[in-house]
Amino acid sequence: MEPHEATMTADVICRPADLDALCAAVRDHERVLARGGGTKPALSAPHAGVTIIEMSGLSGLLEYEPGEFTFTALAGTPVREVAAALAIHGQYLPFDPPLVAQGATLGGTVAAGLSGPGRYRYGGVRDFILGVRFVNPTGELVRSGGKVVKNAAGFDMSKLMVGSLGSFGVLAEISFKVFPRLPATATLRQQHPTLEDALEALYRLTAAPLDLDAIDLVMEDEGAVLLTRLAGLPDALPDRIARVRTVLGGGETVEGEAELALWDSARAFAWIPEGWSLVKVPLTPGRIAALEAGVAPAALRRYSAGGQVGWLAFADDLMAVDAMLNAAGLSGLVIFGPPGRPHIGRRNGEPFARRLKQALDPAGKFVEA
Amino acid sequence: MNETAWITELAAIYPADRLLLQPAQLAPYESDALTAYRTRPAAVVIPETQDEVIEAVRVCARHGVPFVARGSGTSLSGGSLPIKDGLMIALNRLNRVVRLDPRERIVVVEPGIANLDVSKAAASHGLYFAPDPSSQPVSTIGGNLAFNAGGAHCLKYGMTSNHVLGIKAVLPDGEVVQLGGESMENAGADLVGMFVGSEGLFGIALEVTLRLMPKPEKYRTVLAAYHSLETAGNAVAQVIASGLLPGAMEIMDRLAIKAAEMAVNAGYPQDAAALLIVELDGETQQVEAEFIHLMAVMEASGAYEVRVAQDEAERLRIWKGRKSAFSAVGRLSPDYLVNDGVVPRGRLGEALGEIERMSARYGLQVANVFHAGDGNLHPLIMYPAHEPDGFARAEGLAGEILDLCIRLGGSITGEHGVGVEKRAYLPRMFSETDMTAMRQVRLAIDPQEIANRGKMFPGDADAEAAPVHTGPHPLEVAGVISRE
Repeated sequence: MEPHEATMTADVICRPADLDALCAAVRDHERVLARGGGTKPALSAPHAGVTIIEMSGLSGLLEYEPGEFTFTALAGTPVREVAAALAIHGQYLPFDPPLVAQGATLGGTVAAGLSGPGRYRYGGVRDFILGVRFVNPTGELVRSGGKVVKNAAGFDMSKLMVGSLGSFGVLAEISFKVFPRLPATATLRQQHPTLEDALEALYRLTAAPLDLDAIDLVMEDEGAVLLTRLAGLPDALPDRIARVRTVLGGGETVEGEAELALWDSARAFAWIPEGWSLVKVPLTPGRIAALEAGVAPAALRRYSAGGQVGWLAFADDLMAVDAMLNAAGLSGLVIFGPPGRPHIGRRNGEPFARRLKQALDPAGKFVEA
Repeated sequence: MNETAWITELAAIYPADRLLLQPAQLAPYESDALTAYRTRPAAVVIPETQDEVIEAVRVCARHGVPFVARGSGTSLSGGSLPIKDGLMIALNRLNRVVRLDPRERIVVVEPGIANLDVSKAAASHGLYFAPDPSSQPVSTIGGNLAFNAGGAHCLKYGMTSNHVLGIKAVLPDGEVVQLGGESMENAGADLVGMFVGSEGLFGIALEVTLRLMPKPEKYRTVLAAYHSLETAGNAVAQVIASGLLPGAMEIMDRLAIKAAEMAVNAGYPQDAAALLIVELDGETQQVEAEFIHLMAVMEASGAYEVRVAQDEAERLRIWKGRKSAFSAVGRLSPDYLVNDGVVPRGRLGEALGEIERMSARYGLQVANVFHAGDGNLHPLIMYPAHEPDGFARAEGLAGEILDLCIRLGGSITGEHGVGVEKRAYLPRMFSETDMTAMRQVRLAIDPQEIANRGKMFPGDADAEAAPVHTGPHPLEVAGVISRE
């Protein structure tokens, strides 16, 4: 008997306990979808004819050398466990993964390609992944990338895995680069009467040689709130806050518990009502106004990472959103909402992606969602 | 393969002055910065438009002719080495800035533009392109992208891959694709990340969207001299342990210091066994606060001399010595190989000690210049090319260093790529299953294996280029290019 079979439920879900069992589970099932913490239901809900591989049995930090700024962990490891281990050494994941408190795993975060507000400072999940081991359709472990902070050997399939929704293989093990966490932070909160006004302030910030940690724009019924976070050494922070306030022409300082709560809530998508859908839309600040014209006021909107990504929440179905994104030449990824159709709006790179799929999963074993 | 037919087709697309066929015209394209290898292509085309590149690739695809795209030919791994009887597509004239949008902090460029020209184009807006390989005055964005070039600031800012947002490319069968876009975020698999660093095996980038960053307003550059390489290595570990994230940390050993001093009079302490350069960059107030911490670490690090660059001129002089170190070594020995292995930072001391012993065993001098913050070694192996086994010994030593890097948990290449130079070593770093997966990807994208055939993967017999001794590249002698 294969090790994973004992824990299988009605041929729909299996929970491999180790790498061998994971390989066997992939090999022995026709169509599979890996699920980590299930925090992104549109990407991990079971559907007909697909075996869900629960990754909770493949959890744990395998290697962590604080002096190297690197760690390797099993894909099913909850991000919060990693974050806690890093915090002991004053380090963190600079791409600021979302849904951590809700139970997001490393594998799920990579497969969905999600980064949080703090990605503004040093980059997103794609910029911090160093290497992966993934299971191919025949149940073998394939390694790409490495465990050191710099590496240019071979095709960079670890980056390919970012945002792939598991469609090229099941992630088993992932290595990341980490950074020292700057010890002090402060956030400036500034109300703007109009979107235009808020965007002008945002452009003043992004054009200045300021090392800002996060810039988020929260749309309200009337106008918008701009949230700007700074991180650094405590001695320098008061001067730096004053400087950002000069660039902004105002802003009230939020610090301590209130500040933590503000950003925790952003990472948790706590602003989204129960039952609503959540769509991620890659952007540039210059395209926000047109997008606003298409989705406001029906959607709730937050523009994060200096206007590089829009988080849009909708109460009703996504047909109209799909059409609107298509018309605007934008792409969207459904995070919360009905499963089965993760990509909406425009997609590009299809001819290249198709060839990669043909190489890595010719029989279509790995479903996207 | 009917050679006449494909060349005739190219002649219908390219005027005679941009379709080179004569031996004298082809000679400058025979090698790149891996000067020990040399091959003559059947023809060179010099496209001036993206369409001309696409048409050339389509001709090659129809006739099964292998092609190599070339920028400035600065690859140290032989990445732009021509293929015998194949086509060389020289992209230097495809060097336009298509669009610069300072508000969105992006620039769209053609692949033949030099790395430094991107920063020059953005400079008046206070922006710059962060990846800074030492070859940046001449090396092109297309080549940087194909080999995921690095530089001295990778630990903090990443490599080329981390700064490419979108790519319009022609695949080896002539199909044109758009990957990524203008945003730093993406919905779907990171196809841009997959294309970058593929060493030309996935086709040719025609137009590249790059991310620009505001130029740091403040630098603090510290030069520390040590009586031993090990103490300098330990200092790097102490800086890291202090919680600082410098923009760059570079080490040079005695031989490299000597060479750099001979070449550019950088003013380095000449009695040092090792020099460590640490540079902080960023917002003024933050950098000044970090600098206080850094100086405390450096003063306690066992350095016998610590200098701080007092102005921009002094800072640039410090960097000039470092960045010219490779070509400077050419003054000690015109023939040398540049190694690019990576080890975990904590194993640097062990690796350097081992390299020293190997160097003695092979009877070859090795100068060390490296990105200490990344664990990215650059042993420069000097060899007597006039001796019959000179080059073979150098390759043997280089190979042992690569094996050492693999053994210590690192990589055979940090930023130069596999190219032709290290293709025998890729299967030592990756298992047969890993290699098969990469092979399958290659074949799905390029079933005829015409795009940069003979690079990255071992065993493409018809692309074998027997190493011959040649000495430095003519451009290097002229001081136009340097090897990194």
